[in-house]
Amino acid sequence: MAEKPTKVIDARGSYCPGPLMELIKAYKQGKVGDVISVYSTDEGTKKDAPEWIRKSGNELVGIFDRQGYYEIVMKKTR
Amino acid sequence: MLTLPVVNMTGKVSLILFSGNVDRLMAGSIITSGAVANDMDVNVFVTFWALLHLKKTGAPAPTLSPEAGAMAERMMKIMSEKKMPSWLDTIKQAAEVGNVTVYACAMFADMMGIRKSDLDPIVRDVIGVSQFVDMSRDSNMTLFI
Repeated sequence: MAEKPTKVIDARGSYCPGPLMELIKAYKQGKVGDVISVYSTDEGTKKDAPEWIRKSGNELVGIFDRQGYYEIVMKKTR
Repeated sequence: MLTLPVVNMTGKVSLILFSGNVDRLMAGSIITSGAVANDMDVNVFVTFWALLHLKKTGAPAPTLSPEAGAMAERMMKIMSEKKMPSWLDTIKQAAEVGNVTVYACAMFADMMGIRKSDLDPIVRDVIGVSQFVDMSRDSNMTLFI
């Protein structure tokens, strides 16, 4: 992955909307240029988080399948 | 690269939490989170059986809606085993992220002799129905749960 996360949120085992809320909290506390990574096992978040990243005008770096979970990476661009 | 338009995320949601059943309270708290994720402000008016669950002491034991029927016991077990956050923790998390304001219903509080100091500190104020309806006037949606 080209972008190295500046913050990693391990939300594995947490249900919708938990992981998304943690992502938004980290986004609000962060600064432009931050790369935030969320680990999650929740399927709802896999749809909701990329949609939120797009709607909020930030950059979705990628969604990566890991062993038994997935990782969503966003870059704070605004 | 294709650039998608940034959606203007604003607006307001008003919720009336009436039921004290924990599944309904959870639904209300999850909708609150969804609204906050969409940058919407949320006003929550808590009344009747829901308000009893905001008491610092003497809150009723959690129950599910009657339609849970035979599933109720299993559902409560699943919620505890999977460490589902409580509805109140979910509301508090949403309030950390966005503008969530919780009000207690003055009528029910008066009737039951509940003071603001008896309630969880998430409660901003005890207000009357007219004030709440005025807040919900310009909401994009108002839900009774």
